[in-house]
Amino acid sequence: MAQATELRRGAEAPRVNKGVSRRAPWPVQFYESAVGKKWVMGLTGLALYGFVFGHMIGNLKIYLGREPDGEWAIDAYGHFLRELLHPLLPNHVFVWLLRIGLIVAFVLHIHAASTLTLMNRRSRPVGYQSSRDYIAANFASRTMRWTGVIILAFLIFHLFDLSWTGTGQDYELGHVHDNMIASLSRPWVAAVYILGNAALLVHLFHGIWSSFQTLGLNNPRWNGARRLVSLGAALLVGIPNILFPLLIVTDVVT
Amino acid sequence: MTLQLDSNVPAGPLADKWDNHKFDLKLVAPHNRRRFDVLVVGTGLAGASAAASLGEMGYNVKVFTYHDSPRRAHSIAAQGGINSAKNYRNDGDSVHRLFYDTIKGGDYRSREANVHRLAQVSVDIIDQCAAQGVPFAREYGGLLDNRSFGGAQVARTFYARGQTGQQLLLGAYQALARQIHLGTVTLYNRMDVLDIVLDDDGKACGIVTRDLLTGETARFSGHAVVLATGGYGNVYFLSTNAKQCNVTATWRAHRKGAAFANPCYTQIHPTCIPASDEFQSKLTLMSESLRNDGRIWVPKNPDDCGKSAGDIPEDARDYYLERKYPSFGNLVPRDVASRNAKTMVDQGHGVGPLRNGVFLDFADSINRLGESVVRERYGNLFDMYERITGENPYQMPMRIYPATHYTMGGLWVDYNLMSNVPGLFVLGEANFSDHGANRLGASALMQGLADGYFVLPATIAGYLADLLGTSPVPTDHAVFDTAQTEVDDRVKRLMSAKGTRTVDHYHRELGRIVWDYCGMARNKEGLEKALSEIPALREEYWRDVKVLGDGRTFNQSLEKALRVADFMEMAELKVKDALHREESCGGHFREEYQTPEGEAQRDDEHFAYVAAWEYGGPDIQRDSVLNKEKLVFENVKLSQRSYK
Amino acid sequence: MSEMLNLTLKVWRQNGPDDGGRFEEYRTTVADDASFLEMLDYVNEQLVAEDREPIAFDHDCREGICGSCGLMINGQAHGPQRGTATCQLHMRKFHDGDHITIEPWRAGGFPLIRDLAVDRSAFDRIVEAGGYITVNTGAAPDANEIPVPKDVADAAMDAAACIGCGACVAACPNSAAQLFTSAKMQHLNLLPQGQAERWARSEAMVETMEEFFGSCTNHGECQEACPKEISIDFIAMMNRDYLKAKLTNRRRIGQRKVG
Ligand SMILES: Cc1cc2nc3c(=O)[nH]c(=O)nc-3n(C[C@H](O)[C@H](O)[C@H](O)COP(=O)(O)OP(=O)(O)OC[C@H]3O[C@@H](n4cnc5c(N)ncnc54)[C@H](O)[C@@H]3O)c2cc1C
Ligand code: HEM
Ligand code: HEM
Ligand code: SF4
Ligand code: F3S
Ligand code: FES
Repeated sequence: MAQATELRRGAEAPRVNKGVSRRAPWPVQFYESAVGKKWVMGLTGLALYGFVFGHMIGNLKIYLGREPDGEWAIDAYGHFLRELLHPLLPNHVFVWLLRIGLIVAFVLHIHAASTLTLMNRRSRPVGYQSSRDYIAANFASRTMRWTGVIILAFLIFHLFDLSWTGTGQDYELGHVHDNMIASLSRPWVAAVYILGNAALLVHLFHGIWSSFQTLGLNNPRWNGARRLVSLGAALLVGIPNILFPLLIVTDVVT
Repeated sequence: MTLQLDSNVPAGPLADKWDNHKFDLKLVAPHNRRRFDVLVVGTGLAGASAAASLGEMGYNVKVFTYHDSPRRAHSIAAQGGINSAKNYRNDGDSVHRLFYDTIKGGDYRSREANVHRLAQVSVDIIDQCAAQGVPFAREYGGLLDNRSFGGAQVARTFYARGQTGQQLLLGAYQALARQIHLGTVTLYNRMDVLDIVLDDDGKACGIVTRDLLTGETARFSGHAVVLATGGYGNVYFLSTNAKQCNVTATWRAHRKGAAFANPCYTQIHPTCIPASDEFQSKLTLMSESLRNDGRIWVPKNPDDCGKSAGDIPEDARDYYLERKYPSFGNLVPRDVASRNAKTMVDQGHGVGPLRNGVFLDFADSINRLGESVVRERYGNLFDMYERITGENPYQMPMRIYPATHYTMGGLWVDYNLMSNVPGLFVLGEANFSDHGANRLGASALMQGLADGYFVLPATIAGYLADLLGTSPVPTDHAVFDTAQTEVDDRVKRLMSAKGTRTVDHYHRELGRIVWDYCGMARNKEGLEKALSEIPALREEYWRDVKVLGDGRTFNQSLEKALRVADFMEMAELKVKDALHREESCGGHFREEYQTPEGEAQRDDEHFAYVAAWEYGGPDIQRDSVLNKEKLVFENVKLSQRSYK
Repeated sequence: MSEMLNLTLKVWRQNGPDDGGRFEEYRTTVADDASFLEMLDYVNEQLVAEDREPIAFDHDCREGICGSCGLMINGQAHGPQRGTATCQLHMRKFHDGDHITIEPWRAGGFPLIRDLAVDRSAFDRIVEAGGYITVNTGAAPDANEIPVPKDVADAAMDAAACIGCGACVAACPNSAAQLFTSAKMQHLNLLPQGQAERWARSEAMVETMEEFFGSCTNHGECQEACPKEISIDFIAMMNRDYLKAKLTNRRRIGQRKVG
């Protein structure tokens, strides 16, 4: 960039991104670049989608009531998860693998998200002084950061609520069903859940579509379908997730 | 005659001249090239291709443009295409035919040897551009497509949609960008070149610039200076040229001693959108290719001119080009088409709200080919027309009128593209070389790239070789002091005039004079009128122009003011040249000299020469000195152009 | 047939990079067949008559091809008409009594020069980084020795139509230059001639771009603002090429068909 100095005569253009360290191993270089980070976001985003989808399916068991042996179906499912691949692996190991994968995905996704957000801030030091009139950018796309943060906040609450300590309801590790009912039947908790999952829905509506672009999955033949696919995928997870708290707080499920 | 104008055309048969010459030229060895500093002014097709090629060869190049990016040069606007004697169509084209057509098209007022060389290298240009990734139109087999353009009877025009100039320029710009990245070329964008500097023994040794962002003036010195600064069409104010096109660099060189050749040769393009009101800032060209499928007509009866075209029955229409020129019809050369449009409008057949246009009608083609085919061919042009006029050309005919488009005149150069000032090379539209008195369509792009890619890189070595070991004149030398002071004074004078009228006002005034008396058709009386009006206007300009702000900042009015000041002088020389050339040829039509059918009547006996004007002093019409370079035609027979 | 429009303009005025800058309001009356820039010319004439400095704005060709012009008009880059550069916008798109707000492009990579003029040199830096095909003058084979399927040539032309105006950056909420960069890159990456340098090019251009501009959240706003209606499909292609660029072993490319 010998020539970059030609900008001297105007104001200096801020160096928005520190650039890629040429000698580093390629994965590092790749992640240092914004396009690389977007790839990571796209991939982790889809992985996370995989999780929330599976998670939602699992949670449907709440509707199955008790097993013949009198155990709540969803509790059984909890045990099943913990003992999955046993005796190939000792108990809990597989869930932990899942969890680790999950944690890694979240961490990367969030790290990339926040660094890119900062980069974009730097890239427009002085904003428009009159109001913009957007044509394509929609609510979902412009609020990714916020919906993302809401999801994160929800997640932390949610982990305390149903996996770790409970949030005031009489909580007992392993008794998934009772914990859930106990917790979600409290209106404010239900509200938190609905909000969190509404945010997820919106996040995914743009997120899935966006990941197609980011991952270069782009072909005039089916580009038209991409919006619908992402809407469908978002609803597929969002609606059931919102129904859980709704049905529980309204005592439809007990 | 005080100048020695030696065209340096090499001896030998026409077809071998260029190869022989290249062999005879001195060379500069690769390891010596970086010892030479070359200043290239202009990043259009000619400038960018020259700077890139010189950079590749290893010269030390500095390139200047007033644009913010090299890619914005006016070449970007060229739509139609570029000619090349590839004969991919097997329709009988050849280097010699391209040469012949160009000489004839120029109405036998150009230099045989240059034109033939142009036709020869035209073949390499297409190869070079295709390799650079210029997305030329292709056929389904993947090979290059051609079309016939500007009245040529062979299909030798290569094109990239309606954006040929843009794509060719991007190719040259990208080659230039590569050299900038490699450090062989340094780019100075937003830099106005305001004077050319000659050393004590009259060789070009540098330039004085004004940084458009900071207003600072500065000096640059080099072993040679290359001007590729485009044409002077904006002397008319309204033209198809980009708003910033100007004559400053070449005019300043002229004042320093470079001969200005044939300033009266300007091309008026037949298919432009007529002016709509007095706010009009520029005229827009509609590609000539439209004439392939559009029919030009006016109402026979002036009373019909108010009516909308649909209400005018077939037999009340005068398809005047088809009537007068049965064999070429609507495809006659530009000068002929333009002049006929003027005649029609002058006789009161003009159409449109201001009665200042003729119809270009696609109804027949739409019936014959179907709207979809027409849309496929001209869609973007039709959209452009509708955007500007608010009329839909699929439903009603277009209205067109001629506008200034290209300037064949320019600084005089020899076969090596060097002006009579040693070390000052001139390329592209800025020189006078190849188009004689009229340019054929799709040949300016060809010339710009020929000059820049293939001719200059060879010929400049011949000049530089003798300078090996010398270093450029230091910029603190007295010649630079005087030049820079002169520039600073000019800026001060304009800033301190503090008059009452804007620069644009005076530019419009000048344009009106030049258009009325030295436009499509000229006569003695009118030209003399112009010669009396221009100096008066110029005097008033310097006294009364109003330039606000500060000379030491980004000041666009000042930029314009400096340019208009030079147009004011150049215009006078242009008119003087038109007055002295008592014949009609190509774009220069003197009403006194026409054939019974109203065609241009050449006078080969007295005027088969290049009029190279030498600057004699501030009173242009009194002091300018005429020098003649006789044009010798050994390979073509001069004949009256007939397109009947 | 041309009618007059009375307009109220709110124009950003700023004496230089270091000046604060502010909106100023002007009233004017122009014919509806004037172009937007002719309207500004006219306002400038009025200003000068009142001894006020004219509004600085970049322009040249005034037919939508040089890419010099570019204004944020009522919050839209290049104004309300799709596929149109500011200079091609005509006043008949507006109505009598309209209020029009005019702002310069805003982006860190486009430092403001004065009033409505900005410095877009950063685009040149991106092209210099790799937006070319290395072929020295004279080294080219016959043009027809490299056949290019028509569809490929057309696709390349779609990308090559970019005029470098910067509206994509201006319109992008992240001021990302993805559309420009991908257009310049894919023009060459699509063509057979461009394959030899494809991966080096993709890497260099993306990484240079990211020194000046933001990142892409796929808002798609750029595509709407683009006067040449360049598609964000090229951004997806660029993302793919960038990954491949990092993955491919360039010393082995000869063994595989590239792209
Ligand atoms: C609308 C239109 C359509 C055309 N269509 C065709 C066509 O289809 N086919 C064809 O063959 N020809 C066509 N032409 C003609 C052709 O485009 C031009 O003749 C040709 O591009 C000129 O190129 P150039 O490099 O000589 O000059 P330009 O492209 O005009 O470049 C001039 C350069 O010099 C620089 N410059 C000038 N003065 C100064 C200064 N004082 N200081 C610093 N820099 C300076 C400018 O910044 C610019 O970079 C067309 C012309 C127009 C107007
Ligand atoms: C289960 C939870 C989540 C899922 C399924 C998910 C999914 C996705 C997907 C698929 C994308 C599109 C990526 C791309 O454009 O290629 C995305 C983008 C994004 N995500 Fe998430 N995400 C989740 C959680 C989060 C969290 C917790 C945050 C932040 C705290 C976050 C912030 C973002 C942001 C800012 C983007 C836009 C990035 C950009 O394009 O610039 N997401 N998300
Ligand atoms: C209404 C919707 C939801 C319900 C009813 C729900 C329910 C539950 C329950 C009952 C558990 C405990 C499982 C166990 O301990 O075996 C759990 C764990 C978890 N949930 Fe949810 N969840 C919902 C939404 C979400 C969302 C949107 C996310 C992600 C953003 C999420 C992430 C997690 C995680 C990470 C765990 C911990 C899993 C583990 O311990 O391995 N949940 N959820
Ligand atoms: S991509 Fe479109 S908007 Fe962006 S610079 Fe090119 S032409 Fe302008
Ligand atoms: S608007 Fe911006 S976010 Fe991407 S798709 Fe266009 S660059
Ligand atoms: S002025 Fe050239 S694109 Fe608008």
